[in-house]
Order: sequence, then C-alpha cells, then structure tokens
Amino acid sequence: MANASFSASRLPGFSTIATIVFVMLYAPIVTLVVYSFNAGKTVTAWEGFSWRWYQQAWTNDIVQDAALRSLTVATCAMLIATTVATLAALGTTRTGPFAGKTLISVMINQPLLVPDIVTAISLLIFVAALKVATGYQGLAYLIVAHAAFCIPFAYLPIKARLESMDLSLENAAADLYASPMQTFRRVTLPLLAPAIIAGGMLAFVISLDDVVITSFVKSGGQDTLPTYMLGQLRRGTEPDVNAISTVLLCLTVLLLSLFFVLTRKRD
Amino acid sequence: MPNKIAVEARNAVKVFGQGDTSHSALNDVSISIKQGEFFTLLGPSGCGKTTLLRLIAGFETPTSGQILLDGADITALPPNKRAVNTVFQSYALFPHLTVAQNVGFGLQMQGRPKAEVKATTAEMLALVKLDAMADRKISQLSGGQQQRVALARALAPKPKVLLLDEPLSALDAKLRKDMQIELKRLQHETGITFIFVTHDQEEALTMSDRIAVMSAGNILQIGAPRDIYVKPANRFVASFIGETNFLPGTTAPGGVRLDCGATVAVDGSFMPGKVTLAVRPEQVRVQGAGTAGAIPAIITNWVYFGTDTHCYLVLSDGSPVVARLQSPAMGEAGLEIGASVGVTFAPGAAQVLKD
Amino acid sequence: MAIGKDRTRRNWLLSAPALILLTLAAAGPLLIMVVYSFLSPGQYGNVQWIFSLEGWRSILFTEDIFEPGKYTLADAHLTILMRSLKLSLLTTLITALVGFPTAWFIATKPPKTRVLWLFLITIPFWTNLLIRTFAINEVIRNEGLLNSFLLWAGLITEPLRIIYTDTAVFIGMAYVYLPFMVLPIFAAIDRFDMRLLEAGFDLYASRLQVLRRVILPIVKPGIIAGSILVFTPSIGAYVIPRILGGGKNLMVGNLIDLQFGQGRNWPLGAALGMTLLVIVMIALAVYTRVTNRENDRG
Ligand SMILES: Nc1ncnc2c1ncn2[C@@H]1O[C@H](COP(=O)(O)OP(=O)(O)OP(=O)(O)O)[C@@H](O)[C@H]1O
Ligand SMILES: [Mg+2]
Repeated sequence: MANASFSASRLPGFSTIATIVFVMLYAPIVTLVVYSFNAGKTVTAWEGFSWRWYQQAWTNDIVQDAALRSLTVATCAMLIATTVATLAALGTTRTGPFAGKTLISVMINQPLLVPDIVTAISLLIFVAALKVATGYQGLAYLIVAHAAFCIPFAYLPIKARLESMDLSLENAAADLYASPMQTFRRVTLPLLAPAIIAGGMLAFVISLDDVVITSFVKSGGQDTLPTYMLGQLRRGTEPDVNAISTVLLCLTVLLLSLFFVLTRKRD
Repeated sequence: MPNKIAVEARNAVKVFGQGDTSHSALNDVSISIKQGEFFTLLGPSGCGKTTLLRLIAGFETPTSGQILLDGADITALPPNKRAVNTVFQSYALFPHLTVAQNVGFGLQMQGRPKAEVKATTAEMLALVKLDAMADRKISQLSGGQQQRVALARALAPKPKVLLLDEPLSALDAKLRKDMQIELKRLQHETGITFIFVTHDQEEALTMSDRIAVMSAGNILQIGAPRDIYVKPANRFVASFIGETNFLPGTTAPGGVRLDCGATVAVDGSFMPGKVTLAVRPEQVRVQGAGTAGAIPAIITNWVYFGTDTHCYLVLSDGSPVVARLQSPAMGEAGLEIGASVGVTFAPGAAQVLKD
Repeated sequence: MAIGKDRTRRNWLLSAPALILLTLAAAGPLLIMVVYSFLSPGQYGNVQWIFSLEGWRSILFTEDIFEPGKYTLADAHLTILMRSLKLSLLTTLITALVGFPTAWFIATKPPKTRVLWLFLITIPFWTNLLIRTFAINEVIRNEGLLNSFLLWAGLITEPLRIIYTDTAVFIGMAYVYLPFMVLPIFAAIDRFDMRLLEAGFDLYASRLQVLRRVILPIVKPGIIAGSILVFTPSIGAYVIPRILGGGKNLMVGNLIDLQFGQGRNWPLGAALGMTLLVIVMIALAVYTRVTNRENDRG
C-alpha cells in the first residue's frame, strides 16, 4: 500500500487516545512486575534488584500448598471441561435443527450469562447442604464447580472449528470405506485437535484465575493462589504477592501465545 | 458382457424437509447404467444431479425407491460398505495427510496389507502422473494437481463405479480441456464405470457414451450424445443442448403447416394438432427469393463469428429464424440486411416436438 | 421421521455429560437459590424451612424495631443498588468512549503489526482480574505510584485520597473491563471494508460526515456487544469494590456476600442474587432486541 498523503481511515485524535490507553493499560502491570524484583518493601522506592520476594513466596509452605492446589484443580477442571465440551460441540454443530437445540445452547452458555457472585452463592448454598449430608469436605466440590464454569470457554473454539470444517471430508472418509468410528479417529479428531487444545488452554486459564466462586465453595484450608492472595491483601500487602502475580502473569501470556499460534495457523 | 448393468435406480424419490417446507429434489427417477460406460448427468443448476449421485454413493437415503449395484439392492447400505467412490466437487482432500496418505486411505480402511497399500498407491500416483509429489501436503499443490489426487484416491480401491460431481468446474479453461482428455484416458485404462455430473453441455457431448438430461427432478431423455442432439425428445432438451429454432405450426397431410403458411415435410408419424417444429441453425439454408419450395423471409441482421456467420431472419408471421452459415470469402451479393430471401431446411433436419 | 428422532437422540447423548455437569454445578444450584429466597433465615446462617417473603421484602424495606409491622425504605440497600447501577453505567460509557478509538487504531494498522496490537489488548483480557486489581491498587493508593509522582513533581502537597472511594471503584472497573469493550468493537471494524470510506469521501462527505454516516452505523453492533460485556460483570462486581472500595463503598455483589457472612441472612442474600440476575437478564434482553432490529434493518 502506498503511503498516500490522504488516508481515508485516519481519524484525528484517535491515535493519541489509543496510545494513552495502551500506556495506562500496561503501566500498572509493568510497575507490578518491576517491583516484584525490588529489594525494598514499597512500590515507591527502588532499592535494587533482588529475588527476595520470589524466594519468600517459594519457601512459604502455605503458598506452595495453594499453588499445588490451584494447578490440581485447574488441570482436572480442564480435562473434564474439554472432554464434555468436545462431545457437546459434536452433538450441536453441523446437524441441522433438532428438538431442544436452543435449550442445550442456553445451558452451555449459562456460566457466561450469570454473574460470578450469583453462581458463587448458589453453589455455596448447594455445597453447604451436600457437605452436611455426605460429610465429604474434599477438593471434588471445587473441581466440579470449576469444570462447569470452564465448559463454555472450552466449547467455543471447538464449536467454531467444527462449523468451519467441511462435512465433505467426513463424507469422503465414509466413501473410502471408513466406519463411523474410523472416520472420527482418522479424520475428525486430527482436524479438531488444535481447537481442542486451544479450548483446553482457555479452560485452564479461566480456572486458574477464578477467585469469587472458589472463595465461596472451598472448605477451610483449601486456599488456591487467588484466594490466598485476596486474603493477604486484607492484612496489608507483602510484595511476595507481586512475585506470585508475576509468575501467574507469565503463565497466562505463555498459554495465550500458544493459543494464538494454534488458532491462527489453520486458517 | 458389454451390456451388464452396473448401477440401477428404481423409482428413486428424494424429498427434503417435512410438511409445508418439503421440497422434492427427485421425482420417481429410474435409470440403468451399463458396466464400463461413461455416463453423464446433464441439467441446469438445482435439477437434482448431485442428489442422484449422493443416493448412489449412500450419503442420502431415498424417500422411496431402490438403488442397485451389480443387481444387488444396496439402498440400506452405508457409504463405507458400498464399492462406489466419489470425486467430490471441492475435492475434499484430507488436509492433515500427505498426497500418498490420501491416496492410500481407502485401501487402509479396507484393511489391505501394508505392502499392497504401498504398491497400489504408487501405481495410482503414476497413473495420474504425480509420483514426484507423494510426500507433499495437500496445501502445497495446485488446483489441477489436487484434482488428480482426488481422482487417484477415488480410483485406488478399484471401485465398481466412480462418481464425479462436476470435477472440472474449479479449473480454468485450458486445464479443463486437458483434464477432459485425461479422464477419458483413465476411464479407458481402468474400465471402471464413470458417472459424471456437469452442467456444461459441450463437455457432456464430447465425453460421454450416454447422457441423461435432467430438469426439476426428472429425467427427460437418455441417449447417446448424437441422438440427443439430433432427436431431442422435447422442447427443454432441444433448447438446453445447442441452439435451436422453434417454429409454431399445425399438423397437415405430408408434414407440418407453419403459421406463416408454408408446409414443411417431416419424417415419422405424430398426433395431429398444434406442434412446434425444431430446426438447428446449421441445418437452415438461405437462398434467393422465389427458389422452389423455399419459405419467404427477410434478413434482419448479420453477425460475424470467424469461421461461421449467423444470419438472423424473420418469416412472414414474425417468427424469428437463425441460420448458421460458413463465412463467405467476401461479402455475399444480394444478402444485405432487409433483403427478401428464401429459407429451406436440410432433409430430415426438422423435428416435431410436443410442447 | 425416524432419521430425525435418531439425530435428536444422538445429539442429546453427546451433550449429556456437559448438561449433567452444568445442571449439577450451575443450573441446579440456581434453582435451589430461588427456593432459599422464599425461606426464613436460620439463627446462625443457613435457613429454616418456613415459607417467608421477608427475604424479598428486605431488599427495599426494613421493619421498624420499635413498631413491628411498620416498614420504611431501606436506605442502605437503596444506596448500594443505585451506586452499583451508577458505577456500571459510567464504566460502560467511559470504556465505550476510549474503547472505540483504541479499536479503530488497532484495526487500521497494517495486517502484520495489527496482530501484535491485538495480542497486546488480549493479554489483559485474559489476565487474572485479581492481579490487575492489585496493579491498579498499587497505582492509586495513598502511598501509591500516582501520589508519589504528583508529590515529587510538586503538583500537590497532600496525597490525593482516591482509594476507598466510588472514584477508585470506577477507575478500577474501567481499567479492568476496558479490553472487554475493545475486542468486540475491533471485530466489527475488522469486518468493515475500508474502501467504503474512500467511497464516502469520493461522494463529497467531510471527515465528520464519514464518521457519523458511514463508520458509526457499522461500529454500532460492536459497541452494543461491548457494552453488554462490560456492563454485566460491572454490575455484578465483587472483587474490585472489595479491594478498592474498602469496607464502605459496597456494591450489590458485596451486599450479597455480607448476607452469607456477618449478616447471616441467606434468604435476603438469595433474593439479592436473583435481583442481580434479573438486572443482567434485562440488559441481555435489550441487547437481543436491539441487535435483532439492527439485523432486520441491515
Ligand atoms: N440437504 C438438502 N436439504 C434441502 N434441500 C436440498 C438438500 N440438498 C439439495 N436440496 C435441494 O434439492 C434440489 C436439487 O439439488 P442438487 O444439489 O441435487 O442440484 P444439482 O443439480 O446438483 O445443482 P448444481 O448444478 O447447482 O450442483 C435443489 O433444489 C436443492 O435446493
Ligand atoms: Mg450439484
């Protein structure tokens, strides 16, 4: 494209606003990351580079425990959500209308429509009753709750990929003597794999980030990283929270980059 | 056994949708396709060609009627149990597999031994002249090459019948001509029955052993290309294949009396009443006014086409007639626009059509 | 038709695991919550299984302590409801105002760099909300970055008291939810053929006219979608007001939380939760109406 003196798409002031927006968006995050390496305690004075807060967080048993729990819950929730979302996507795309299609779609998207806090208290009510009835206090409540609200996030990329996938490929496989099971394993699944992985990563990130629902569902002593951080904040921040935030941030950026690569390449 | 039947559709009906929105794509179609034949389904868009092909392949079940392969009823068989392969319109090549893996897919699914899969794949790639591309990804091939892979993949399991749904429509004119020749060669070498779908009448005429002309879910005429061109069964077939002059008239002793008053002799017998006479433009001759037996006409226009020249005329009742003449070396004296001339038809050229 | 039935069965079977999970951990609990909103509060939290409309009534009215049966408007609840509405609408407005130029800026970049800018806006979109609330907290609190800078520059002599005010909550929500506005607007602009602008100029339109007559109608669906994406989590915000609003500047989310904590009034909490849900549903219904009308016209 030639850089003509007249640009039809230029709107005066827009670039300035956008630049300010990006600066304001990243300044706080960058500050947080930078000061997680500060030897001193405040964000206002830089006292030299140090791994001190990372060490403090790393050697803190409670943090280790919470991190492990976060990863356990996120991994289980991701596996469950992605599996059921894949099946549901296969059942609701490329099939034409059938009785109850809208109902299924509303059900699957429900966690996106209902505010976190409402889901959280409704789960609190339900889980409280279950805990009394069964006596079980374990991690399963958290895992199931997380799996449920991760379903729409896993479902969306898989559904999008399926919809863009030509049914004629599966027809071609059937035409070439593949049974329905063979067609699924040899054609549908390999073509769907990037979207399944992408959906799984979104589910993982969403589960890892949740604080509201976890706060209300967890039993005593079942802190995840976010609930631990929220608790710390009330007691006045220690910069080790910055260190934990930075680590979580890096993890998110990493997973997102992968997600971008996976969903872009196929187009 | 040159006349053994390979594929047969018996009273096949296909209705899509239900109730008010239902739509009949095929009305009671019966057709027999012989073994080793190059058979073409020809018709305008939406007439049901793809639907008939999908019934044979097994992607659709007929609403009523039967599909037979080698005399056996296969109506209820799923596509993966039918010895029929398809070359899809958009090729439907598997993007996650290589060229060779695509070609070998059907054989693998049939559970053939590895060595055989490998050998047949190589053989097929050689047949379509793609040996050098065996390990490429599909996305690294040109349109014409993808077309060849699709052909090789469908031929590899040695099906009894090969179905081709407008396989050439995505190619440019030059490549299209090459592939037409290529397809004829492949059919000849493999001896497999080809059922070919097109809405290009020229392609149908040049390639087929027999053609079925379809319209709105019905088969109007089945026959060799020459029969269909020379003796179209009705007005639709006559107008869909080639250009035709239609002249209204009524039956009279010894022929048809045209509305302009002249009588034209025609072969065969037909029901008395109002009829339409069909004459191909290349069978129309333009002669001097007053020639014995000629129908008086006036020239309204000339259009030069290179080897041919089209002469547009009008009869005394206003009916238009087109004559296709070989271009004369120089302008022909006396045949200017507005000149009165006489028109005759080549013997046996005029066909009587029921509307 | 048999084929239709088979297909329905297959699709329901495939969807069944997801539906069971969602019924168990989303739809089911929501229904139980509706039931709880019609029960009486237990003494130490939880409920007594006695039907009562008290939960719903106490959203807006409180019973006079000295005169049982006399009800007055519950000012505290009303204030919180109004604050929630005000702050979420303001957040939606400001994010739309700055989100549109930002989205336009990204969409008009050449394809190569556009991906990068898009990525930059997507990272905050997916980054932990808690972390970003921390980050903005570090900036605006009394000894935070902003005040230190302004003091250092000599622009102020006393730190600005932003933290623990409505303004802090508003800044926090605008900061956190801005990417939710930018992305749908970007999607709308991205679908737009930039040659239409040239056609507009070719037909003698001024820049302002092109903006009003060509660009805005095309960007509108994106702005509407973005508004829903910002308004819904804003009205239900819990973490942001809790951190930036301190104990005083509650929003509905915190009020609900209170009923399950110190307040020990589960039916009221459930009724408030339902109220919040209804507000969100109304917003969604309006959204659907508007977009359908747009589609009919377009
Ligand atoms: N799955 C379907 N559902 C509903 N109607 C269909 C379906 N498939 C085909 N039809 C309808 O059946 C009729 C015949 O379609 P078909 O695809 O067989 O036409 P065609 O002759 O192959 O046309 P073309 O030359 O355009 O490919 C059309 O009117 C079409 O709209
Ligand atoms: Mg077709």
